[in-house]
Amino acid sequence: MINFWWIIGGVLFALLNTAAGLIWVERRMLALWQDRYGPNRAGPFGLLVVLADTIKLFFKEDWIPPFADKVVFVFAPGVVMLSVLMSFVVIPFAPGIIVADLNIGLLFFLAMSSLGVYSVVLGGWASNNKYALLGAMRGASQMISYEVFMGLALMGVVVLSGSFNLGEIVEAQRKVWFVIPQFIGFLIFLVAGVAETHRLPFDIPEAESELVAGFHSEYSGMKFGMFFIGEYLGVTLISGMLVTLYFGGWLGPAFLPPVLWFVIKTFAFIMLFILFRASMPRPRYDQLMEYGWKVLFPLSILNLMVTAAIKLWLNS
Amino acid sequence: MPIIHIDNKAYEVKEGKNLLEACLSLGLNLPYFCWHPALGAVGACRQCAVKVFKDEEDKKGKIIMSCMEPVKDQLRLSIDDKDARNFREHVIGWLMTNHPHDCAVCDEGGSCHLQDMTVMTGHSYRDYHFTKRTYNNQYLGPFLNHEMNRCIQCYRCVRFYKDFAGGKDLDVFAAHNHVYFGRQQEGTLESEFSGNLAEICPTGVFTDKTLKQHYTRKWDLTSAASVCQGCGLGCNIIAGERYGAVRQITNRFNGAVNGYFLCDRGRYGYEFVNSKQRIKTPMVYHGPLDKANGIPVLQHVQQRMKPGKTIGIGSPRASLESNAVLKELVGAENFYLGVSAADHDLVSLSLKILQQGPVRSASLQDAAAADVVLILGEDVTNTAPMLALSVRQAIRRIPVAEVINQIHMPAWQDAAVREAVQDNKGPLYILNVQETKLDELAKGAYHTAPDNIARIGFGVSHLLSSKMPEVKGMSEQGKAIAGEIAAVLKTAKNPLIIAGYGGGSEAIIKAAANVAWSLHDMGIDAMLTYTVPECNSAGLEMLGGHRLESAVDRALNDEAETVIVLENDLYRRLNQHRAEQFFGKVKDVILLDHLYNPTAEKATIILPAGTFAESDGTLVNNEGRAQRFFQVFSPDSAVQESWRWLLQIANTTGHATLSALEHLDDVVDHIARSYKVFEGIDTLAPHAGFRIAGQKVPREPHRFSGRTAMQANVNVSEPRPPQDMDTALSFTMEGYRGEPPSSMIPFFWAPGWNSVQSVNKFQVETGGPLHDGNPGRRLIEPHVNGHTPFYTEVPEPYLPLREHLLLVPLYHIFGSEELSIHTPGIAERIPAPYIMLHSEDAKRLQVTEGHLLHFTDNGHHYTLPVIVNDTLQEGVAGIPVGLPGMQISEAPQLIKV
Amino acid sequence: MFSLVRSMWLIFLHMFHKRETFQYPEQKAPLPARWRGRIALTRDPDGGERCVGCYLCAAACPVDCISLQATEDEAGRRYPEFFRINFSRCIFCGFCEEACPTYAIQLLPDFEMAEYNRQNLVYEKKDLLINSEGKYPGYNYYNVAGIAIRGKDKGDAQQEEPPVDIKSLIP
Repeated sequence: MINFWWIIGGVLFALLNTAAGLIWVERRMLALWQDRYGPNRAGPFGLLVVLADTIKLFFKEDWIPPFADKVVFVFAPGVVMLSVLMSFVVIPFAPGIIVADLNIGLLFFLAMSSLGVYSVVLGGWASNNKYALLGAMRGASQMISYEVFMGLALMGVVVLSGSFNLGEIVEAQRKVWFVIPQFIGFLIFLVAGVAETHRLPFDIPEAESELVAGFHSEYSGMKFGMFFIGEYLGVTLISGMLVTLYFGGWLGPAFLPPVLWFVIKTFAFIMLFILFRASMPRPRYDQLMEYGWKVLFPLSILNLMVTAAIKLWLNS
Repeated sequence: MPIIHIDNKAYEVKEGKNLLEACLSLGLNLPYFCWHPALGAVGACRQCAVKVFKDEEDKKGKIIMSCMEPVKDQLRLSIDDKDARNFREHVIGWLMTNHPHDCAVCDEGGSCHLQDMTVMTGHSYRDYHFTKRTYNNQYLGPFLNHEMNRCIQCYRCVRFYKDFAGGKDLDVFAAHNHVYFGRQQEGTLESEFSGNLAEICPTGVFTDKTLKQHYTRKWDLTSAASVCQGCGLGCNIIAGERYGAVRQITNRFNGAVNGYFLCDRGRYGYEFVNSKQRIKTPMVYHGPLDKANGIPVLQHVQQRMKPGKTIGIGSPRASLESNAVLKELVGAENFYLGVSAADHDLVSLSLKILQQGPVRSASLQDAAAADVVLILGEDVTNTAPMLALSVRQAIRRIPVAEVINQIHMPAWQDAAVREAVQDNKGPLYILNVQETKLDELAKGAYHTAPDNIARIGFGVSHLLSSKMPEVKGMSEQGKAIAGEIAAVLKTAKNPLIIAGYGGGSEAIIKAAANVAWSLHDMGIDAMLTYTVPECNSAGLEMLGGHRLESAVDRALNDEAETVIVLENDLYRRLNQHRAEQFFGKVKDVILLDHLYNPTAEKATIILPAGTFAESDGTLVNNEGRAQRFFQVFSPDSAVQESWRWLLQIANTTGHATLSALEHLDDVVDHIARSYKVFEGIDTLAPHAGFRIAGQKVPREPHRFSGRTAMQANVNVSEPRPPQDMDTALSFTMEGYRGEPPSSMIPFFWAPGWNSVQSVNKFQVETGGPLHDGNPGRRLIEPHVNGHTPFYTEVPEPYLPLREHLLLVPLYHIFGSEELSIHTPGIAERIPAPYIMLHSEDAKRLQVTEGHLLHFTDNGHHYTLPVIVNDTLQEGVAGIPVGLPGMQISEAPQLIKV
Repeated sequence: MFSLVRSMWLIFLHMFHKRETFQYPEQKAPLPARWRGRIALTRDPDGGERCVGCYLCAAACPVDCISLQATEDEAGRRYPEFFRINFSRCIFCGFCEEACPTYAIQLLPDFEMAEYNRQNLVYEKKDLLINSEGKYPGYNYYNVAGIAIRGKDKGDAQQEEPPVDIKSLIP
């Protein structure tokens, strides 16, 4: 049992620090790709900017607009933190380092990540602000749409591994990482993952150039900080899932411990997310929906059917 | 009602108007310069060009001046037509060829009709590159600045000054493109209405000189609707403040009171608000053994309020609220009216006549519509200046009404009508102790002693009504005058009888009532105007209280220890020796006032009271019209409204009813409930909770500047703006931008109309009432269908006595009023104290002009320089009232020389 | 789709490019001579203040951080009795310079005005007035305006006729 609490503590500690550290990482990386320096004043390499940001967020006036729905307004940022952290419960970081080894781990992940949309909708609704509401509406429709083929894309992996248990899915990739047989599935999941975390280029619910700051326009202080951290946790989560489902999880040559492999692979995807942000323009809202329903959705069904057909053919 | 088509849209308009008036009344923007709703149209500036079409098929049309064209049914015109637009733009272009590059240093800038019209026509680029004409300016006195270069030759100034206000010393000189508007020689403009030139002039030729001393653009002023404190007429004004000082008074249109104009006392008499003599902090006089230092001033007041021994003295220049709260605080039996015995008698008699008689009091605009005017014993130009302007209008209008039918011209065709009228004037009769400025207009002007004036008045009423006794022993001349006046009055439709405090005689006031009532009995709709001395004289009398003399008696009988003096200088109300006795006897004098005055020197506690600019309140004018004035700015000192001080005192002493009151609305509601005569004063203006679209009405225009820098030298962190708990106005620029209710319009502005001409946009029709009615409410209505209480006691004729002179009061527009003399420009124009004698009297007393005359009154010795004036009756001597340095307050009285 | 990948690659390559950032304040950026930072009040060629206290700058200021009071010398020349700008509110938009009809307000390349005490950011006329004509040498508002001041009577300004003799009837 002690072991179990250590794992929970360790995972929480690592995740929250990662999320916080990503503040710095993202800004430095973006700067690097844009020929700037990024934060380089506070501490070595500007590392203490994380601390500075945190302190700033803590001491900012925690303002609740008088026109807001107060209970929901306070509740909304908690939802995003909770749902993302709960998703991490099922991720196998290495053999034995997993909080809860559920046999329906993948479904649990889908369920939890879908709950995240509530925070966007509730936050935007409770703010009682037209921009926030518009952001929330966009967020809701975007997440509902991309949820569909995210799930469908994952079914390919489930068909190949024959299990919903994430540990077993990783083990099933000992021979070949699923990214090769499931390349289309991987692409679809990647796109859906970006949309799920509403990261650029799919940050349509925030869209600061049109909607001020979208659903969290009215948020300040630590409540804004929760949305902020929630987003970075989401990035980490999707990266971790990509690694688990398509890139062999903790698997790798034995000169490094399995946990480290997992971390390295995850970080590579986080970098990819940041590169997306640095290089891609935001699509129009209708383009996003059209792309999702008219391209990705048929493609994911096709992928599932072909995978299933091949699997049936091989089995027979 | 005729229908006209403007740009192919049909509008219903009023008959008898010109097209310009029709367009402006419909809210359309059409530029103009020479036309003014009060002056009519002359078609001089060519600016209001529109195109009219013969019929629907006519596409060519022709350009006409809209101000010269009457409204006709089914007339088709276009404002927006390209040719008309070009025409108007070019006219502005021509006007601009000689207009200097002065806007940055011009006081008119930001409230300039020429600027507005230039923008409206779209003339945005100067393509004239040749030389500009220049003029030398003239010194025109302390009120107006002259900058002739800016003139656009619209002729409005002379049309107002000469034709409308009857001035003689401003005219147009020279020829062709050299015309010059000024005086024949440099010098002070004589007219009492000269200040209106600053508003009449569409650009910066005539500008307000007192504003120039502390110049502020219109957009930077914090303004509020206010009521003039200069005399008893209650003209509506807008007062503007910046950096804690009142900067400017402008006219606030009220279709029932002052219309478009103000007198110079009203316009310039505001500077006492900024005076160095202002009382800014509460002060307590400490005797050597007094250990009360450091205690809040209200506790001092409380300690000195001895029950039963505290009396209050109200004031005719304090608001109704302040007086009513004082009356309630000390109790009705301890409340005394702070007015001289003579003023009290005259005003209460006038009020009684208006309340109980069948003839209604006339507003200033009613007065301007009278068809016969009889003035009894009043130099209106000096006692109620705007009434003189109304009388001038009446006299001017009467022949116009006759002539327009002969020449088939509408009344607004100013030049043609003036040509047809020539020098014809309506019937005006003046009976006064000496010559007045209006005499030049009068059919008959007679000068005699007050009692003789009253006798002629009685004589007139005898001729009009059999109920009146015959005046015995009237001279032949007197009979002739009475006969002439009576004959004219009989033919009148709505004659106006004017009398008031200026004559200083109750008999004159009664005579005026008799004349008006007799006319009423004959079925003639007569009007009666009584002037009252101060802005709230009528309100104070209506509130009621004991005579000031009895307060003195009470103090001398040791029955009063503490006296609360409200906004009053008792040395102006009482004979100096009585006042000394009074102050010698009472133990504590608690004074609430604005300025240090002789009474303040006797005070043991002084509380800084807000002037009209720092207070909200209600005033009742001579017509009986209650009007609300609003606080303009929130002072940064301890200054606050008198009624608020008194409420706070009531709170410390635990007064039963007053402790429950806090804000203006509470006080106003309380007064309206407690006094039958003041019923309805709570509806004068919206309550403090009033909001338009959830917002208050801002006192500052949306372009108000410097909010984050004005006080930055004191502290870079801006303080919270002051909050107005008393009214629906806010002290900032935030609030509702549209048109506020007419009673609380803080400034006139409309998109594209920055100058005072924007008042068009607030009126039902040009020159008509404001959109939701003219503000104010008449509290006195005539008692019709009752028994008319004629006065039948004819006074004895005044015959000169040997060794005696009858002192009669003479009033001066500049000098007789207590507060306006603190304006340096007005102080410049105050006459030196004098005594005016007939040349025969002077001969008899062996004095000539300029000599000092010594005389004694009640054992006190006076010395005054002599002025000889033969329009006085022999045996009568005139002395100016209220001038600084004058000591006598009791007139008329008989003195021994 | 390819273009997306290509742009991602190109952006990725920027990792190896030189950085453009100036490490201010150690390293100052070169400012053009007419760079527009804070305002200053300039003077006429005759050394007098150019500001005539017309209030247009105050009206144009979107944050209302300019306040002044116009006054006049005995010969009719206008100048500001005080001219105050609260730089802690100023957003350096330069509208005041655009609004100024006399070229009195001009923008200096000075923008390094940080203070520990906010009160020190309130500049009065003595802090703003410079001894220079700035970008418009030779310009004097009163030479084109119609009002008379000391040393420039009616008719002395540019393109002005001598004052009209109103007693003359000659065309």
